[in-house]
Amino acid sequence: MAARAATTGIIGSDGFELHPADERAMLEEVHHFEQPQAACIEALKIVQRRHGWVPDGAISAIARVLGIGPAAVEEVATFYSLIFRQPVGRHVILVCDSSSCFLTGFDALKQALVTQLGIDYGQTTPDDRFTLLPVCCLGACDGAPALMIDDDTYGPVSPDDLPGLLEDYP
Amino acid sequence: MTGAMASQRNSLRYRSRLMQPESERSADTHPLTWRLRDDGEVVWLDEYLGKDGYQSVRRALSEGDPQAIIAAMKDANVRGRGGAGFPAGLKWSLTLQGDDMPRGYLICNADEMEPGTFKDRLLMEQQPHLLIEGMILGAYANNSRSGYIFLRGEYVESARVLNQALQEAREARWLGNDIDGSGFDFDIVVHTGAGRYICGEETALISSLEGKRANPRAKPPFPGQSGAWGKPSVVNNVETLCNVPAVILNGADWYQALSGDRTDDGGSKLYGISGPVHRPGLWELPMGTTGREIIALAGGLRGDHKLKAWLPGGASTGFLLPEHLDLPLDFDTVGKEGSRLGTGLLTVVPENQSMVALMRNLEAFFARESCGWCTPCRDGLPWTVKLLQALEHGEGEEGDIELLDKLAADCGPGLTFCAHAPGAAMPLETALKHFRHEFEQGITQSRGPAHQDPIPVGSV
Ligand SMILES: Cc1cc2nc3c(=O)[nH]c(=O)nc-3n(C[C@H](O)[C@H](O)[C@H](O)COP(=O)(O)O)c2cc1C
Ligand code: SF4
Ligand code: FES
Repeated sequence: MAARAATTGIIGSDGFELHPADERAMLEEVHHFEQPQAACIEALKIVQRRHGWVPDGAISAIARVLGIGPAAVEEVATFYSLIFRQPVGRHVILVCDSSSCFLTGFDALKQALVTQLGIDYGQTTPDDRFTLLPVCCLGACDGAPALMIDDDTYGPVSPDDLPGLLEDYP
Repeated sequence: MTGAMASQRNSLRYRSRLMQPESERSADTHPLTWRLRDDGEVVWLDEYLGKDGYQSVRRALSEGDPQAIIAAMKDANVRGRGGAGFPAGLKWSLTLQGDDMPRGYLICNADEMEPGTFKDRLLMEQQPHLLIEGMILGAYANNSRSGYIFLRGEYVESARVLNQALQEAREARWLGNDIDGSGFDFDIVVHTGAGRYICGEETALISSLEGKRANPRAKPPFPGQSGAWGKPSVVNNVETLCNVPAVILNGADWYQALSGDRTDDGGSKLYGISGPVHRPGLWELPMGTTGREIIALAGGLRGDHKLKAWLPGGASTGFLLPEHLDLPLDFDTVGKEGSRLGTGLLTVVPENQSMVALMRNLEAFFARESCGWCTPCRDGLPWTVKLLQALEHGEGEEGDIELLDKLAADCGPGLTFCAHAPGAAMPLETALKHFRHEFEQGITQSRGPAHQDPIPVGSV
């Protein structure tokens, strides 16, 4: 199946309007692969970069751009842990809960996050500032315990470091 | 105020690093890392070319014999550094090639998510051109039409460095059409993932690359016969591919000799260690270095604790004991001890750590990361977590440990679609074997109805 040529104003379900620049970025991505479907994960990320998450309406819009069925997009969107299907805060904190962090203070760090933010995994602070999620080993085990805030990786992080660190993400 | 906080942000930022200074590394002994800088900055193209960069490609393409690359890799016996230790030369010799065959893909597995593993990140963030050079050789040997670096989404810095290095290589014509005047065309795309450990399993990786759910595929056909979009595809780990240039430049005998008489496996290895040690980190050392040597390099355990157990190469390897510290860490030796070398990055467990709690942590990881395809993995692992949680809180029931034995056995090699479940079983089986008494201490109740009620999928 071939991806469609670039147009403007793809409208998904729920009145979702795909930004023309995002459509172009998706079509650009398609060139890297034998089949347009391969651009699906990147397309979801493109939407997420603009909106912070992937609303339902974006699924059918992406499906139209790539020339595949909406179910093919939806099953991918719900499989991958870094594609968010509900709104998240302005900043996403991914805290590593794997073995090396577990052995070097993860429990205390997680507890401090929960206390200071007043939320647990999968929740967003009432001011929409932070969402907290667990993540697999960040490949920073020599800096355990480790976490990511947005695109930045930190470690080792102690509970005492948190207030100052979070301050940088308004 | 803001200034102080900004500096805290910078001082907390994680930076990948090698523990050996430049003065201790040389081209003869440290093929993977000798070019790395003490300041940890990226070795970009100019510097890389000044340090013999791309010379292996120049030589191999001018000689014009792809099969010779495969032969050299076979003779050197470079074993896969992604964890399984499969000989790369043998894999390459099985890739379908020929005039009647479409050219396929060379795929670099850069999904690094095995708990306790942080080696590929260093190679990509500080020395991207060595990987690119290795991939060009791999592509030439396997007649691949293009390459993908399948990179985990969280490695934002790796993506930035790799893409800039690919652009440099294209501009200098080490990538693209007619590389170095040889007539060989090849280019590389970085594909970033969106989470899920299972993407690192090579057939799941191919599913994911095609834009599908990362469910593994049946083997055979192996990727070398039918991989991405049905074309012959070669999947190799970052570190494996980074070994190729030096093998081609210096030869198989030199490579074999790097490990001296420590082991039959040749070459050097990025070994590392994490957990409560004084100086966790990464070193390039001869293959067959021992656990004792690596722990010594890390300055021993924190708080003067004694070592209770260790994982030789990530969460999916089996626990070893202090008595195993003098074994050469190579694939076959560690395999004979009921574990696996895995990624070769050690995780240490101090004497005061509860093995039950640690196992609960490990199995919660495997349960969450199951792709959900096979029952022992999808349903058995959450059940395992539930039993371990009960034992951890002293609420275990009689029969729980036998049940754990059974759940682990059901996940053993050959019983599930991919090696994720056996990877979950191995640490559990070895923990139950070596530290059974700790699990028994968690049993305080007679057998009740809890066993009829495994918790639903996704709730751990
Ligand atoms: C669940 C699972 C996860 C894996 N994750 C990775 C990974 O992140 N990186 C990697 O190189 N190999 C990983 N592997 C191993 C790959 O399946 C494959 O053996 C490897 O990429 C082959 O490359 P090599 O021979 O160069 O090691 C994983 C295997 C399994 C079963
Ligand atoms: S063993 Fe687990 S991860 Fe592997 S295919 Fe089966 S369910 Fe999926
Ligand atoms: S276990 Fe947390 S970064 Fe590796």
